[in-house]
Amino acid sequence: MSGAVLSVEGLTVSLPKGADRANAVEDIDLAVAAGEIVCVVGESGSGKSVTAFTVMGLQDSRALKPVAGRIMMDGEDLLRVGRRRLRKLRGEKMSMIFQEPMTALNPVARVGDQIGEMLEIHTDLSASGRKTRVIAAMEDVGLPDPASMYRAFPHQLSGGQRQRIMIAMALVLEPDLLIADEPTTALDVTTQAQILDLIKDIQARRGMGVLFITHDFGVVADIADRVVVMQHGRIVEQGLAEQVLRAPEHPYTKMLMEAVPSMTPPEREAATGAETLVVEGLDKTYGHRGLLGGGRLVHAAKSVDFALRRGETLGIVGESGSGKSTVARCVMRLIDPTSGRVLLDGRDIAGLSQGALRPVRRDIQVVFQDPYRSLNPRRNVGQSITEGPVNFGTPQAEAMARAEELMRVVGLDPDALERFPHQFSGGQRQRIAIARALAMQPHVLIADEAVSALDVSVQAQVLDLLDDVRDRFDLAMLFITHDLRVAAQICDRILVMRQGEVVEQGPTADVYANPQHDYTRALLAAAPGAARLTV
Amino acid sequence: MAEGVAPDVAGAAAPLPSARDVAVWRIALRNRGVLWGGVVLALIALVAVIGPWFVVDPTNLNPMTRLRPPGEAGLMGTDQLGRDVFSRVLSGARVSLVVGLAVAVIAIAIGLVLGLVAGYVRWTDAIIMRVMDGLMSIPAILLAIAMISLSGATLGTVVAAIVIPEIPRVTRLVRSVVLTVREEAYVEAAIAAGTRVHMIMVRHVLPNTIAPLIVQATYICGSAMLTEAILGFLGAGIPPEIPSWGNIMSEGRTFFQLTPWIIFFPGLALAVTVLAVNIVGDGLRDTLDPRIARTMR
Repeated sequence: MSGAVLSVEGLTVSLPKGADRANAVEDIDLAVAAGEIVCVVGESGSGKSVTAFTVMGLQDSRALKPVAGRIMMDGEDLLRVGRRRLRKLRGEKMSMIFQEPMTALNPVARVGDQIGEMLEIHTDLSASGRKTRVIAAMEDVGLPDPASMYRAFPHQLSGGQRQRIMIAMALVLEPDLLIADEPTTALDVTTQAQILDLIKDIQARRGMGVLFITHDFGVVADIADRVVVMQHGRIVEQGLAEQVLRAPEHPYTKMLMEAVPSMTPPEREAATGAETLVVEGLDKTYGHRGLLGGGRLVHAAKSVDFALRRGETLGIVGESGSGKSTVARCVMRLIDPTSGRVLLDGRDIAGLSQGALRPVRRDIQVVFQDPYRSLNPRRNVGQSITEGPVNFGTPQAEAMARAEELMRVVGLDPDALERFPHQFSGGQRQRIAIARALAMQPHVLIADEAVSALDVSVQAQVLDLLDDVRDRFDLAMLFITHDLRVAAQICDRILVMRQGEVVEQGPTADVYANPQHDYTRALLAAAPGAARLTV
Repeated sequence: MAEGVAPDVAGAAAPLPSARDVAVWRIALRNRGVLWGGVVLALIALVAVIGPWFVVDPTNLNPMTRLRPPGEAGLMGTDQLGRDVFSRVLSGARVSLVVGLAVAVIAIAIGLVLGLVAGYVRWTDAIIMRVMDGLMSIPAILLAIAMISLSGATLGTVVAAIVIPEIPRVTRLVRSVVLTVREEAYVEAAIAAGTRVHMIMVRHVLPNTIAPLIVQATYICGSAMLTEAILGFLGAGIPPEIPSWGNIMSEGRTFFQLTPWIIFFPGLALAVTVLAVNIVGDGLRDTLDPRIARTMR
């Protein structure tokens, strides 16, 4: 290993008083050598992002104070250099890319100018010299037709292209160190695979060091040379990627790796329950023709067909914009389908009025993606869970008794009914959302990305819970997800969607072992860690 | 593992629902603006309510002591008809506070209902909002003068004339909150739970509008007092037999260079009151703003 580009020695960053622990990160040591990708992995609250931000000097300095240790780069301690020097180092020696490229770019400035700004600040190049460098940098990150894309605004680009712009911006000054904070988390799997390839490729070409922050062991398996595992602000394990991935030593690392769902679907028996939800030729279009014949129609869902039996889980898999959530929301009748039939126990609910729909609502319940938004923060858990049953005439006392029972079913303490949502962790809130759905005694449960916002260890538990309640209450479950690993573990059958259309549908094991459509094959190949992480 | 039956750290101190509401007010009062502005307003209100009982009748004419400077006759001198300026300013406070409060309450009440309907019942949105755009284009002072010349100068007319142009501001605010909240997953969950529309409004949407409305109410209150004074000054406001800060200043205008106290004291009272209201409003905005409130929770 050549000399370290960055070495963090005994770094401790304190948290303000009243936080749940004294230090955000405590006594951490790590080094990044030239030409190496070091992945820092951990769940939310592990301190991995604080580490990255502190290196850049971008942490919220009022709340997070580095109290011990050194951050050495080229013989300089970044914690002790002045602001002016730090500003010079950022960009020239080290630079950073962020999770959400849309918010990291200025929406009202042209992307070429935003990259050019780096050169304007740090070099004496003329305007035309800058432009040449910017276009070269854009070419370097694989953007098509850089000369015309130079003048584009961020909203005119796709998520992947925006992240490429961010990378071009970070690399235009050829820094020795690139810090990447979950740079692919907000991207679709196929885009994620391309961006990971790009980072690996550029890193190898330039021989720079990369500090890569991620929560995803799949990503680690794809790109890491070395791995640093963090938990509660401490490093619990670090070593060569090969070694850590093959033989993890610390129980937490083992737990994290075991929690990553396998891409191999388990053996499942075909469900034989009665068909409870049948969707036929479901269409949803947005937009309308303008008065003068302008305007445009967007097909969010195009003649979608499927049938769902009691006791069965059907996965709808697709990337963003595939229409998977549109289908779920049409089935829920949160939006009105443009045409087609939604048969619930033989009755078409696609065209029912809101009034006629109300009694039907009991039978279809939903668990949403974001547990922080799906519970009303002003109402306690008991009120949230009993709201539905009370709407339908269940006496309050009876509804409460059932809520207590359901809290036990989802693994929470019934006493917690008095508490408010903000007093629970994300996983616990998702359990509450499941209890609320079950309180209605539905036939169909829709899980709309229900585990996507959760840490892997929590994710596995919530998946088990969903599987368990499906069997216990003989539910038909519609499981919407973008995550092929999760889908492999929980779904009996899979329906793959792209741009509003169903491209493939079949038993999970068949689809994974023998995908028929090119797009399904591309999706499966793009799943992070597909090659190395076969648990 | 980390995930379990035990509630997380934040859950350790479980406040009761009522305790939380009290805490919000405690935190609001910790803001210096809310505290001092509130104290000043409370004093003004107290003086306005009980003050007039302890001073001479503000309409009492006394030609013997006309245009006397402060100290010589009464605390604030006398006007051209020999009336005591101090007792007139005290009674004027009543008018200002009543107008400010009435306008704020009525404008908020009407705007709240319109905003909720416009934000939630889609087809009414275009109709209500276009009407609101129309109302917003009417200058408050002009409307007031027109209304008063049509139906006479009474407290009711003045309040109505100031309320009407304020309604669109409240409606817009409420509508924008409703539009954000109705997309929240918990509202969709409530729809999925078969909750009727009016209950969704009351339970899930309305509570989100309260904090911004309280802040808005203070600004409306402050500007209503100013408008009332302007109307009084222009002679289009409360009739002269009821002293208001505006009409006191209006009557003192002719002798301004000779006897500045007739204008100075009601002007000072108006400035201090409006300033106090606005400081309270700024303080409330800082503490009740939803984004800041969220970090507080």
